[in-house]
Amino acid sequence: MAKKVEFMQGNEAAAHGAIYAGCTFFAGYPITPSTEVAEVCSIELPKIGGKFIQMEDEIGAMAALIGASLTGAKALTSTSGPGLSLKQENIGYACITEVPCVIFNVMRGGPSTGMPTGPSQSDVMCAKWGTHGDHPAICLVPASVQETYEEVIRAFNLSEKYRTPVMVMPDEIVAHMRERIVFPEPGEIEVINRTAPSVPPEQYKPYDTSFGDVPPLAAFGSGYKFHVTGLNKMQDGFPTTKAEIVQAEEERQVRKVEANKADIMKWEEYMVDDAEIVVVAFGSTSRSARYAVDVARKQGIKAGLFRLITFWPFPEERLLEISKKVKAFISPEMNLGMCAGVLKGCIEGNAPVLGIFRVDGEPINPDQIVDKMKEVK
Amino acid sequence: MAFDYEKYLRPGKLPHIWCPGCGHGIVMKGLIRAMDTLKLDMKNTAIVSGIGCASRLPGYIDCCTLHTAHGRAAAFATGVKMAKPEMNVILCGGDGDGTAIGGNHFIHACRRNIDMTYIIMNNYIYGMTGGQFSPCTPTGHKASTTVYGNPDPNFDIAKLAIGAGATFVARGTAFHANQIDKLIAEAIQHKGFSVVEILDDCPTTYGRRNKYKSVIEMMNRLKEVAVPVKAAEKMTAEQLKGKVLTGVLYKDETKTDYTTEYAKVIERAKASK
Repeated sequence: MAKKVEFMQGNEAAAHGAIYAGCTFFAGYPITPSTEVAEVCSIELPKIGGKFIQMEDEIGAMAALIGASLTGAKALTSTSGPGLSLKQENIGYACITEVPCVIFNVMRGGPSTGMPTGPSQSDVMCAKWGTHGDHPAICLVPASVQETYEEVIRAFNLSEKYRTPVMVMPDEIVAHMRERIVFPEPGEIEVINRTAPSVPPEQYKPYDTSFGDVPPLAAFGSGYKFHVTGLNKMQDGFPTTKAEIVQAEEERQVRKVEANKADIMKWEEYMVDDAEIVVVAFGSTSRSARYAVDVARKQGIKAGLFRLITFWPFPEERLLEISKKVKAFISPEMNLGMCAGVLKGCIEGNAPVLGIFRVDGEPINPDQIVDKMKEVK
Repeated sequence: MAFDYEKYLRPGKLPHIWCPGCGHGIVMKGLIRAMDTLKLDMKNTAIVSGIGCASRLPGYIDCCTLHTAHGRAAAFATGVKMAKPEMNVILCGGDGDGTAIGGNHFIHACRRNIDMTYIIMNNYIYGMTGGQFSPCTPTGHKASTTVYGNPDPNFDIAKLAIGAGATFVARGTAFHANQIDKLIAEAIQHKGFSVVEILDDCPTTYGRRNKYKSVIEMMNRLKEVAVPVKAAEKMTAEQLKGKVLTGVLYKDETKTDYTTEYAKVIERAKASK
């Protein structure tokens, strides 16, 4: 049987990807340019017995997401810059309580209201450092409608596997453009569910590290009674200020992502092997970059593309390796150098990083990138 | 035989964090008796709170407990109830948590009429942070941030809840301990969003700043100002001056609760496939 093919928007694809991954709960608040995710969820989720709720604000939406996830539901919210700022309080809560959930954030200009209908890539640092305190961060940055669908599924899988919130952050171009999408058959893409406890209720501890860095998570209403708090906690879930426990728990929470980087990181290398100039790009910008690499190669410039699909954790080791062989990196991005800054931080000064930074609401076009390549001596 | 509170309490978690003379423990005992009266299945019961002294209550009770972020209890609880409507969901917290930082979630939980019970322990102050004024601190009263007298008008929580659409609103006091469990039990049984305000005392951060010489004096004040709704019907406006009505203040059983209403959305969506 031929696969189902449609022509749709990135935002619509995100909602369908979530449902494929087993999402049964959506809580959100209207915000441009992500509202279509909520609209599709409001239509599709009740058809499968799922729940959609439009909350009173962004903070409440993030809170409802965590509450629903604690009952065992896979939960999604969608938002954009100003909403992401508001959600940070409870994103931190999900990090410390280790409750899986997926935040789909469409990047528009900022800070503040900025340019609500313009594309941007300026929320990537907010994905890592937006909420206060040390915490794990996983952020995926799809570049097409098909990839948005697939990365939303992967986001749910990583969230369930590592008991931590995961962000998917397309820029507004990816979120709103329409492309062909081929839907996978049920079972074609792996769907991961959180590990349920194997011990009886009276022995259950929600942060029992004897099961590893990612302890099993019971659901409220499934026979297990347990406590969840945003305070630093012990293995049994109750608050503590004991120095050695707080230190160990904080380190474990970050470690469960850092030690599993290889499983979480995803990127694509295009003509990087013999490249003298490597463009590091993500989202819609990476599409211009790929075109630019093709144009440059035709002109005899040895260019390549390193396309980030996972932004956090950042592929530091691989980029350090590449930096030893190249003349320069080019970092085109719709912000004032966020990715360039992270890149510089991991390549030990082995190569210069030339930036093309746009925050005027216009996409970066291939010509700009080719011109920048020609500046490399 | 004396009531056995311990079967509802988590072993090893006492003593609680509350100061001597604080009324929160009286409210917790009332809640436990209400849960016992209703024979609530504790495995299927969630208690959700925000931040503050009163919000520490869930940690002591042996069920599914969720101590969330400041003011957010109603929003977290809404997620729990929406995702699993068969669960009993009870919220608790203080006046600052519920009506200042959590005011928006509070009024919208009322508006949705989602079937949960919210117990607000109103001690007129932010106790945990050392006694700053809350939206419920009476005008003219003293707090650590209103040493010259509070210039702010204060909320009437019950009126706020009724105005926002809650379908069951009751008020009790920490002095009238034997009434608390009855009000909470009736609230939990009500199908819709129910609010139980308990006028409480904070001798440590409110009492000593407002010239209460003892906890007994604070408790006596609760006794003196409280007037049962029935008794108030026979009193004149002059007699009711400075008094606070207690008992079930509002009850509307004609409105459908939110998750029942959403179940209809699911039916309509499935039919539209």
